[in-house]
Amino acid sequence: MHNMSIAELGLGLRSKTFSSRELTEHFLRRIATLNPRYNAVITVTEESALASAERSDEQLRNGAGGDLCGIPVLHKDIFCTRNVRTSCGSKMLDNFIPPYDATVVENFADAGAVMLGKTNMDEFAMGSSNETSFYGPVKNPWDITRVPGGSSGGSAAAVAARLGAAATATDTGGSIRQPAALCGVSGLKPTYGRVSRWGMIAFASSLDQAGPIAKSAEDCAILLQCMASYDPRDSTSVERAVPDYRATLNDSVAGVKIGIPKEYFSDGLDPSVEAAVMDSLAALRELGAELVDISLPNSHLSVPAYYVIAPAEASANLSRFDGVRYGHRCDNPVDLEDMYRRSRAEGFGEEVQRRILIGSYCLSAGYYDAYYRKAQQVRQLIRQDFVNAFEQVDIIMGPTCPSPAFKFGAKGDDPVAMYLEDIYTIATNLAGLPGMSVPCGLVDGNPAGIQLIGNYFDEASLLNVAHRLQQATDWHKLQPGGLD
Amino acid sequence: MQWETVIGLEIHVQLATATKIFSGASTRFGGAANSQACAIDLAMPGTLPVLNAQAVDFALMFGLAIDADIPMMSVFERKNYFYPDLPKGYQTTQLDKPIVGAGRVTIATADGGTKEIRIHHAHLEEDAGKSLHEGDFGSQFSAIDLNRAGTPLIEIVTEPDLSNATEAVTFAKKLHALVTSLGICDGRMAEGSLRFDVNVSVRPLGSETLGTRTETKNLNSFKFMEEAIVREVARQIDVLEDGGSIIQQTRLYNGDTKVARSMRSKEEANDYRYFPCPDLLPVVITEARLQRLRDALPELPDARVARLIERYAIAAKDAQILASDVALANYFETVAKHCDDPRLAANWTTGELIGRLNGEGLELAESPIDAEQLGILIQRIGDQTISGKMAKQVFDGVWSGAGEVDQIIKERGLKQVSDSGALEQLVADVLAKNPAMIDDYLATEEGRRKKKLGGFMGQIMQASKGQANPQQVNQILLAQLQSLIQSRGD
Repeated sequence: MHNMSIAELGLGLRSKTFSSRELTEHFLRRIATLNPRYNAVITVTEESALASAERSDEQLRNGAGGDLCGIPVLHKDIFCTRNVRTSCGSKMLDNFIPPYDATVVENFADAGAVMLGKTNMDEFAMGSSNETSFYGPVKNPWDITRVPGGSSGGSAAAVAARLGAAATATDTGGSIRQPAALCGVSGLKPTYGRVSRWGMIAFASSLDQAGPIAKSAEDCAILLQCMASYDPRDSTSVERAVPDYRATLNDSVAGVKIGIPKEYFSDGLDPSVEAAVMDSLAALRELGAELVDISLPNSHLSVPAYYVIAPAEASANLSRFDGVRYGHRCDNPVDLEDMYRRSRAEGFGEEVQRRILIGSYCLSAGYYDAYYRKAQQVRQLIRQDFVNAFEQVDIIMGPTCPSPAFKFGAKGDDPVAMYLEDIYTIATNLAGLPGMSVPCGLVDGNPAGIQLIGNYFDEASLLNVAHRLQQATDWHKLQPGGLD
Repeated sequence: MQWETVIGLEIHVQLATATKIFSGASTRFGGAANSQACAIDLAMPGTLPVLNAQAVDFALMFGLAIDADIPMMSVFERKNYFYPDLPKGYQTTQLDKPIVGAGRVTIATADGGTKEIRIHHAHLEEDAGKSLHEGDFGSQFSAIDLNRAGTPLIEIVTEPDLSNATEAVTFAKKLHALVTSLGICDGRMAEGSLRFDVNVSVRPLGSETLGTRTETKNLNSFKFMEEAIVREVARQIDVLEDGGSIIQQTRLYNGDTKVARSMRSKEEANDYRYFPCPDLLPVVITEARLQRLRDALPELPDARVARLIERYAIAAKDAQILASDVALANYFETVAKHCDDPRLAANWTTGELIGRLNGEGLELAESPIDAEQLGILIQRIGDQTISGKMAKQVFDGVWSGAGEVDQIIKERGLKQVSDSGALEQLVADVLAKNPAMIDDYLATEEGRRKKKLGGFMGQIMQASKGQANPQQVNQILLAQLQSLIQSRGD
């Protein structure tokens, strides 16, 4: 059952081949047996999962319920879940139980999906390897000595190991696409504003966007259909009709212009990853797509601009974690300053503290113009690069990340090397564009991903091209060994 | 040396919206601690702000009322600092792109002229909560009440155009009248609805450069504001005349103990690391929105003063007082509607009524005598049912809850005696009992006799238990005295 697509699972549920309760129990058993090896899931909500599976079964018996009714999913632990601990991978929130659901969580519940539990993640979504989680690193199911990517490593690994039918995730600089690539699964970061951020713990508010991680582009389409909504509780949510993403999945890609940015194929890209990416592009050309060489001349500025803007926003977003109202508070503070200092020093890990310091520095008097203002100007240039490119092409494709999953600790003491993991993904967040990663083959037994970047609110084209690629190839069906 | 004072004000005005600037929690004053703070106000993780459109309208109305430039776009920024009553660790406020740009407010000056005070800008922001450092928590703990956190404020910043404490207070009162007239603020200063920060500096008279200034924060009464300025000006002059220099600092003034002290110096100031709030979109103001607000703008204080003078022919001084508070002006107009003498209505409203309210620490809304009753009372003076002196008794009666005006006049038998036959008798009786007073009166030379009348009047009024119509008594008394003079002269 765990290898079936969401559409197939839906058919099975509707034809009474199995019930949602049986499906839920099946995934709960897999979590119980397999998760200790991967550490992908940090909270299992067995009791409420079974209860909601039974409610969904009731709905299905009455002939009601949509595509996700009865489908067991996992939520990244960045989404607030009512009465269920929401840690954001941090000691700071190890004791935090929200009294409300994130809109994304609500949307899934309304659709009758079953929440199995919460997935592990880099602390406050800051990391590209899942090594910064307070709950320990997630292991890549393809090779448990390697990282799963981050920050949504738990969600990507859980889908790769088939611990749930799909998982939610968030992406601030590549946090959906990079782990999806490293774990051999499909992941989509929608246009900024497409999915509500209400109840999603903020890292960098102008860049954060939620999206799905699943086994295929088709599954991603079904999940995005549920996640995308206008939400008056999020001022940056965009009031715009959500198209039927499944309706256009099978459209022909003949004549679709795919832009290949030369900057994404330069030094630093693993030649084997490049070869895998080229194989996928060749497959698309066979399907009639047209490959066009393009340039995104300001690409090299995206990582530096990102590492000013994201930490700057984070430095303010994380100020609320002060030990006063919720979250970690140090023992026996002697005064207010001591309480602030120790609560935050104890509650936040090293990478989070590093980014708070970087961000505070960039915003400080005398540095603001040189860093924050400059980075915002660069952001405009990067956005303009894409606007220009989309005058020539329909979508843009290239590698998701420069190399396959690395070994634990390989970049541990070099933050900049870690930051370069997101060199191909960060620009889309700065521009607010939708981006997707789908598997494109193995490099020495480890998955590589190909990235698709679309125009604003054109998730449908990404899903269409990715789906046609997956109809023509089998890379997305590859699975890590030792699972069954 | 002659010194010149330069004053600029920053005024925090709590907007009278039903809910907070970024959440749906109530802004009502005086609720149980933390009963009006929702997840957004508590800055729970994942919560997001949504801008209250009413707060924006209120700020724009203020801008329109002071004839300000209103930019098409304004931006909210985060002002970062840690304090336990600031839940997010930053205040959402505006800096470079405020909602209201430069404007002006005209005040009356002591010499009877007017002066224009320039407004630098006004911006929207959220209020913080309250920290409680005393009480039931013991010395080890401070308590936080977040009911006020997120209450919408406009902060109004003036240019340093005020020259002394009196002008500053006149301006402050004018601003109070303006925001209450607009209905954007309840004006309750004791509840912190308007709070004044006062920037004061002095310089040698005629100097072009500004002296170093200090800021005294959070003055919430006109009286404290005046005291704080007077004291600070005197302190600065003392320091300078002793050869010292003024240190730029933030100060606090305790109106109860009359003690001012330094809170922090410039060196201790925070680096607030302002940057645009990514959770809120820039606020775009359309001309249509401004036009809608402009069309619905209520009468403003200056227009109201002019109208009250014009329609009721009352004294300018009374009109100024009445127009300073929209509720008071409405009260007066109701009083005037129920009587035929608007000048008397103005006198009673600005005199007796305000005096009693202030004396007992009551708000106008809490007045035991409503405007209609006061109007009827004044009408009873006008139609000679009671004398002005009696009217004060009736006023007291209504005030203490004894009943309505006509009821009290009737029950207490206060109706004025205007029956001339009865009054003739009364006057004759009093004259008959006081031959010595008559002799004294007659012995007085004619031009000075008027002064002697008071003694007779007092006796007559006493004999009538105050009910005699004084004007009538006066006429009858003069007539009877005159006939006495004639009879004696014969």
